[in-house]
Amino acid sequence: MKMKLTALVAAGMMAAAPAMADLIVPNLSYRTGAYGANGTQYADGFNDYFTLLNERDGGIGGEMVQVPECETAYNTEKGVECYEATKDTGALIYNPLSTGITYQLIPKVSVDKKVLYTPGYGRTSAKNGKVFEWVFNAPANYWDGASVAVKYLLDENGGDLNGKKIALVYHNSAYGKEPIRTLQGLAEKHGFTLSEIPIDAPGQEQKSQWLQIRRDQPDYVIMYGWGVMNQAAIQEASNIRFPMENFIGIWWSGSEVDVTPVGAKADGYKALTFHGVGMDYPVYDDLQEFVIEPGNASQGGEHVGSVLYSRGLYAALVISEAIRKAQDIAGASQIDAEQLRNGFEQLEITPERLTELGLPDFGPEIKMSCDNHGGSGMARLQQWDAEAKAWNLITEFTEPDQEIIAPLIAEDSEAYAKESGITPRDC
Amino acid sequence: MLYREAGDFKTSYRDDGQTFPIRLDRWAYYAALVVAFLVVPFVINDYWANAVFVPFLIYAIAALGLNILTGYAGQVSLGTGGFMAVGAYAVYKLMTAFPEISIVIHILLAGGITAIVGMLFGLPSLRIKGFYLAVATLAAQFFLVWLFNKVPWFYNYSASGQINAPERTILGYAVTGPATSAPAKYLICLVFAFVLAWVARNLTRGMSGRKWMAIRDMDIAAEIIGVNPLTAKLSAFAMSSFFVGVAGALLFAVYLGAAEVGEAFGINKSFLVLFMIIIGGLGSIFGSFAGAAFMVLLPVLLKNVLVGGLGWPTDLAAHIELMIVGGLIVFFLIAEPHGLARLWALTKEKLRLWPFPH
Repeated sequence: MKMKLTALVAAGMMAAAPAMADLIVPNLSYRTGAYGANGTQYADGFNDYFTLLNERDGGIGGEMVQVPECETAYNTEKGVECYEATKDTGALIYNPLSTGITYQLIPKVSVDKKVLYTPGYGRTSAKNGKVFEWVFNAPANYWDGASVAVKYLLDENGGDLNGKKIALVYHNSAYGKEPIRTLQGLAEKHGFTLSEIPIDAPGQEQKSQWLQIRRDQPDYVIMYGWGVMNQAAIQEASNIRFPMENFIGIWWSGSEVDVTPVGAKADGYKALTFHGVGMDYPVYDDLQEFVIEPGNASQGGEHVGSVLYSRGLYAALVISEAIRKAQDIAGASQIDAEQLRNGFEQLEITPERLTELGLPDFGPEIKMSCDNHGGSGMARLQQWDAEAKAWNLITEFTEPDQEIIAPLIAEDSEAYAKESGITPRDC
Repeated sequence: MLYREAGDFKTSYRDDGQTFPIRLDRWAYYAALVVAFLVVPFVINDYWANAVFVPFLIYAIAALGLNILTGYAGQVSLGTGGFMAVGAYAVYKLMTAFPEISIVIHILLAGGITAIVGMLFGLPSLRIKGFYLAVATLAAQFFLVWLFNKVPWFYNYSASGQINAPERTILGYAVTGPATSAPAKYLICLVFAFVLAWVARNLTRGMSGRKWMAIRDMDIAAEIIGVNPLTAKLSAFAMSSFFVGVAGALLFAVYLGAAEVGEAFGINKSFLVLFMIIIGGLGSIFGSFAGAAFMVLLPVLLKNVLVGGLGWPTDLAAHIELMIVGGLIVFFLIAEPHGLARLWALTKEKLRLWPFPH
């Protein structure tokens, strides 16, 4: 028995070290734990896009892509374990889909020289490429999201939010706290009052917070939630008859799993997004042909087309484009993480390129540089149609208010540089 | 006949009272120390340090601390996670406020601060005990996490409420921060674990340990024979919190490098450490290490076997892993309610008689 176990462990270690010849993009996913319902869909989309590239094009630039998965359960300690377990296998890039894990990995990746790509989450000030050399968070970050939401409200109110009350309902963690400063700055600029309402993870219980909202009667509620907190919040909002049109979630609070449990009452709920919704894109035909029908889809393809699936797919797309760019620059198909970083810094995804990839108008234009690791920050709004059970895009891509965000990014990244003894690069 | 004490004569009380009275045990202990200090640091890599040894050593310190309180002094506590958070935030504030002072002193000071906080929350133990005390310490857990989340001073007003450990060195080697090498990380945790285990062993077999155990076994009887319940209980809370605080400081500064209080020091941590001492064995130093090893290493081993070895899907493996660990906990507690330490002691008893049992 003991021999067998030892042999198994030994076999496990051998199997865990894949051949160095491929491009290795580990998927630090979570399919279990409090956030598993969301993590599963994202991980499926992420896997399936690389499967599509492998099956249809024979990989990227002739190199097959391997996506070894490691389960983090959204837990930072397991995330670190996963990172350490995969980093010596030739891994190029990490996308852990967790702000907590991102904070753990930011210092580590700069020492180990791995790319960290955190689209729409993670540390917002990582947009400053002078300080965060190895971290990229294009196309948008939390502060962009807050600003785009306020811009949308400005448009709705004829450009004037004076005297309005906005409540921020947030996940009481690093993730949820991120937008507070931006919203405070915007409140000062536009004259609305902001109330901050924290909800402790995981967030099933938020009766008292919504009672407070009912008492205060804010004009709008902005929500930064994740996982079960979203469903509970939308349910509670409908319980106090808060008008759904005035309730805007960040992109992590805008997927099917958040609204469907509430049923018809969730109709009209809005959320931000930095990519398109639905399956009316040519790439889904290819997915059907090369991935889903031959039975190669991750988890049997049960989540294909959902919001979070699309987001995982979009993350994989940006990574694959960066790999292509890196291959171009290096003039070789086999690249290392340092070359991939260069690829990211010169990455440009134009609308034409997106159309070529089968996703016309799916995401904003991305143009990165040495000092801008966060792209344009453009996002748009989507609204839930409960009857059709579908999200509809209701605005075009909107630019955030850089006047508020840029100084905050400079301030936060400088504080980080000082704290960790980093001298910002010249760009 | 490998394990025997024939010919192992003791001629003084000192010999008789030592921690490892059997020569073979003593040798095994020295051998383990030699391997831990002189072999492992040279062969350790990042994966073994970060996934296996460093968490094991840190949780062993936390388990030692809780074992002093719960195992030796009989005061049930569910506040371990909160006290670890005190250690972590204390060391963070000290590290950033006094960067020129050695990190070792900061870690010890963080333990000291936690000891004071632990004593404060230990005050109710003078009036209440058992489950009621568990609820009171549970309040400490929730209050402390809420406090560190609520008051920006504790996280130096950072935008996200996360704390990050800056780089600090000992003798020129980085022990915190991203540039820390695996051996440095391992060695600082090992030194703390070794010294604290040694302190704990000597405390628990000395006068204070006797007092704690008297309080645990029957507090009224203890009072009659002259144990002051106030000092005994509060000293147990102070000592235990010191250990737990050091563990929290190491967990944040050396192991994780960044932490978020609700996630890293939530109620799950309290339960995890409590399970460690229950499985390892209440009132046993060896049990603290065995319990920490069981709870830290088994999931990692199972994951490597199921996902790496058998190629199972990660979510299936994660669920099966929970079931296996849970099942093993139930099995162990049915087979030996006093934990791994007792199981080990029984094995030794049997081996001493083997092959002629009577």
